[in-house]
Amino acid sequence: MEYFPILSTITFLPLLGVLIILSINGEKEIVERNSRNAALLTTVATFLFSLVLWFSFDKSTAGFQFVEEAKWLGGGIQYKMGIDGISVLFVLLTTFIMPICILCGWDTIKKRVKEYMIAFLLLECFMIGVFCTLDLVLFYVFFEAGLIPMFLIIGIWGGDNRVYAAYKLFLYTLLGSVLMLVAMLYMYGQAGTTDIPTLMQFNFDPHAQTWLFLAFFASFAVKMPMWPVHTWLPDAHVQAPTAGSVILAGILLKMGGYGFLRFSLPMFPVASEQLAWLIYLLSCIAIIYTSLVALRQTDMKKLIAYSSVAHMGFVTIGIFAFNIQGIEGSIVVMLAHGFVASALFLCVGVVYDRLHTRDIDRYGGLVNIMPKYALVFMFFTMASVGLPGTANFVGEVLVLVGIFKVSTWTTFFALFGVILGAAYMLYLYRRVVFGDLTKEDLKAMLDLDKREILIFAPLVILTLWMGVYPTSFMDFIHVSVDNLVTQHEASMATYHAAVQTVAGN
Amino acid sequence: MTEIFPNLEIAYGEIFLSIGAMLLLMVGVFKKDSVNLVSWLAVGFIVITMFLSLAVGSEQTFTLSNLFVVDGFTQFMKILVLVASALAVIMSREFFRLEGEDRFEFPVLMVLATVGMMIMVSANDLMSLYMGIELQSLSLYVLAAFKRDSEKSTEAGLKYFVLGALSSGILLYGCSLIYGFIGSTNFSSIATAVGGIEEGSASVGVVVGLVFVLAGLAFKVSAVPFHMWTPDVYEGSQTPVTAFFSVAPKVAALALLARTLYVPFGDLSGSWAQVVIFMSVASMILGSFAAIMQTNIKRLMAYSSIGHVGFALLGLIAGNAEGIRGVMIYMTIYLVMNVGMFVCIMSMRRKEEGMVEDIADLSGLAQNHPVMAAFISIFMFSLAGVPPLAGFFAKWYVIIPIVNAGYFTLATIAVLASVVGAYYYIRIVKVMYFDAPAEEFVPQKSLPMKVIVTLSAILVLAFIAPQISSPVLDHAQAAAQGLSQK
Repeated sequence: MEYFPILSTITFLPLLGVLIILSINGEKEIVERNSRNAALLTTVATFLFSLVLWFSFDKSTAGFQFVEEAKWLGGGIQYKMGIDGISVLFVLLTTFIMPICILCGWDTIKKRVKEYMIAFLLLECFMIGVFCTLDLVLFYVFFEAGLIPMFLIIGIWGGDNRVYAAYKLFLYTLLGSVLMLVAMLYMYGQAGTTDIPTLMQFNFDPHAQTWLFLAFFASFAVKMPMWPVHTWLPDAHVQAPTAGSVILAGILLKMGGYGFLRFSLPMFPVASEQLAWLIYLLSCIAIIYTSLVALRQTDMKKLIAYSSVAHMGFVTIGIFAFNIQGIEGSIVVMLAHGFVASALFLCVGVVYDRLHTRDIDRYGGLVNIMPKYALVFMFFTMASVGLPGTANFVGEVLVLVGIFKVSTWTTFFALFGVILGAAYMLYLYRRVVFGDLTKEDLKAMLDLDKREILIFAPLVILTLWMGVYPTSFMDFIHVSVDNLVTQHEASMATYHAAVQTVAGN
Repeated sequence: MTEIFPNLEIAYGEIFLSIGAMLLLMVGVFKKDSVNLVSWLAVGFIVITMFLSLAVGSEQTFTLSNLFVVDGFTQFMKILVLVASALAVIMSREFFRLEGEDRFEFPVLMVLATVGMMIMVSANDLMSLYMGIELQSLSLYVLAAFKRDSEKSTEAGLKYFVLGALSSGILLYGCSLIYGFIGSTNFSSIATAVGGIEEGSASVGVVVGLVFVLAGLAFKVSAVPFHMWTPDVYEGSQTPVTAFFSVAPKVAALALLARTLYVPFGDLSGSWAQVVIFMSVASMILGSFAAIMQTNIKRLMAYSSIGHVGFALLGLIAGNAEGIRGVMIYMTIYLVMNVGMFVCIMSMRRKEEGMVEDIADLSGLAQNHPVMAAFISIFMFSLAGVPPLAGFFAKWYVIIPIVNAGYFTLATIAVLASVVGAYYYIRIVKVMYFDAPAEEFVPQKSLPMKVIVTLSAILVLAFIAPQISSPVLDHAQAAAQGLSQK
């Protein structure tokens, strides 16, 4: 069937934007203005293209859709793109967040605007590629390539300690990924192909699965991030410019969860099941420990960064519950976190742009002079806590339902996270927004301007939409997740039968 | 097999280039101010030699009483060597025009070294092996010490000569041991003799001889523990010489090493594999750790080259065609990255100070020379092996055969070493992009330099496209098949 290569278009459209920006020359001001416009135009165009996926995605099949294949390196390594119910929403999330990122750096980025926009467009290309690709090598290429622009974004436009944070991000992630690379090479050697759908059907030796799982785990756990390899995240978040934090929280962190769903679960079912205890343990520690750490933060961005780690703990628990509720819940948590955490970082960005500090103690009583801001911040604080009617609530409930079927103890500990989450977020909100307006330098602060309202409006709408009527999102994922769970149970049944035969003999 | 009239056809490339070198010498001696002419003639001769080598075909053919062999593998490696040499000559033109050390001997020596390397690649006998190495090395010793009035350059040349002579001695001693215990210096005869030996019962003399030969060759590729000369020589020599050193001789020596291990001693792989594994691991680790503390960009490139040789050696360990293919792809990509990087290093020139080579001099380059900074960062990320750049695929194709052969620990060490390596490569990017700007450089005006650096950057970026990568992959595949069949 011949049709328009929509996935490649969405993936590589940002590169076209890069070329356009590269060709802009002339006076500094004109270059900056045109770069901004070109970047915004490109990201919006990409988003519009990706809406095609929203409307023409076939929700009744678990198979890969919009598949494109082309010759690449040969020897079983192909250029192959395609999406299913698990990846489609992540693609849309990425294309949706990107224009917001560009807008949020619109006025605040003053130096090297051209390079800034190029870095973001490159990053967009690589991130969409990660979610669209159906080839292991191509996946790794996109997965790693994203590090280069991210390294530059933090290193050039970041805060005071940016070099340290940029290095930490780069080396941590690279270290995790190269172990995955060795595992990929082994899989390639075994299966003779790097086609992801084929590898999903390929039954790897159960003993080897454990090693493969751990190697992939090293990469995804760092990316996710899971305790105890989460320490790069607070540093990266604090030092990154606002838009960088939004991308990190909104999209990059989801790559870890997506990786678990796409690779670990379907390709190494036995090892996933056997090592699920490890995931539960690390996730529970993450949820409780990082929530407690968040409670003690004095830096707003750091607090939200730690809360991200806690939320990601829910995601991993949900994925490794191996049932429909758990996995669907974890996808919803990831999407909801994509909206809410992005919005929270934007909220921090708003006051940071005005006062140039993220220190919580420097604020207080903002409600008196910035009522609109107080409202938006309140909304996302509540969304982060998981108030019914917001997106997070749906996801967290589903995850808890899913894990309750498997392990009551894990549910018990995870629930602490919900309580602590409410504690640190409300505590943050009280210190920043409520109280008396006593500090002199705060009195001159202006409320949200039109650009900022434009940034927040779509996030508010989507968070509510997903919270009130999640079906329009769940419809996309349901069939694919159902299929994933069925496959998993089938391969576990085969494995147990094989083990019993061996034992019987 | 004896011939009355040796079939010289397949050696036309070498013969032509040798005559060309002498011709160049004549032109240089008898014509005043002929440096420009000699250089461009040298480039022309090298290009013609390329065509001659291509014309030979990739059929395996022997000549000169089996001293000399031509097949797909030698053809591929010779093209790499010739490309590297031609580019080095072109790059040196610009450098000497500005530095004012213009001498016609320089291109002549480079051409002679190139002849030596071609013989190394085609050697099928311990005698021709030694001949090729010596012709190459003697020219390189002189090149290292080319700037006569500079202490550093003289030191580099002397150091290289003394250590090089020592390694040649070791190599010769190994050759004589092998001859003594096997009774032949010809690779084909040695292969037959070694093939008759039962597993594990090889005579100690042969094994010791092989180890000595390996040590000698390891010196030429600057693999640990015979790497000590590299940083000093790289730093002391003039930059175009360093650029030349870092690619062409390595390609030639690796080709020779591959043939020596695979053809005569292919059946002894149990004995040499451990040695190569050790050299490879030690090179990768030393290359990545020792580079961290460097402040001089040329020294950094020296350690980087040690690390890369470690990676290239990985391919040999697998002991099959896939491994050889990996080495060939690795060296091709390494050539492109290094040439591009050295053009950038040669562009580090200030009005008053002249050439500078400290990493600190690159501070804030992104603000003064954004294009040059972009090029350097492309090469740095590629050398670090970050996808989607070519350097990643180089590593990919040497690690696949290792994993397939079951060396998982080795593969893990290799990728971990590459992470450590990434640290110092991205340090350069950090210096260029995050630090406050240093004084500006003189803009690069030379057209050939611009063309070379742009082309190599495009190749590094575009290797991911099948249009660029598949010709390399296919040729390497075909050529590797030839070598592993013997």
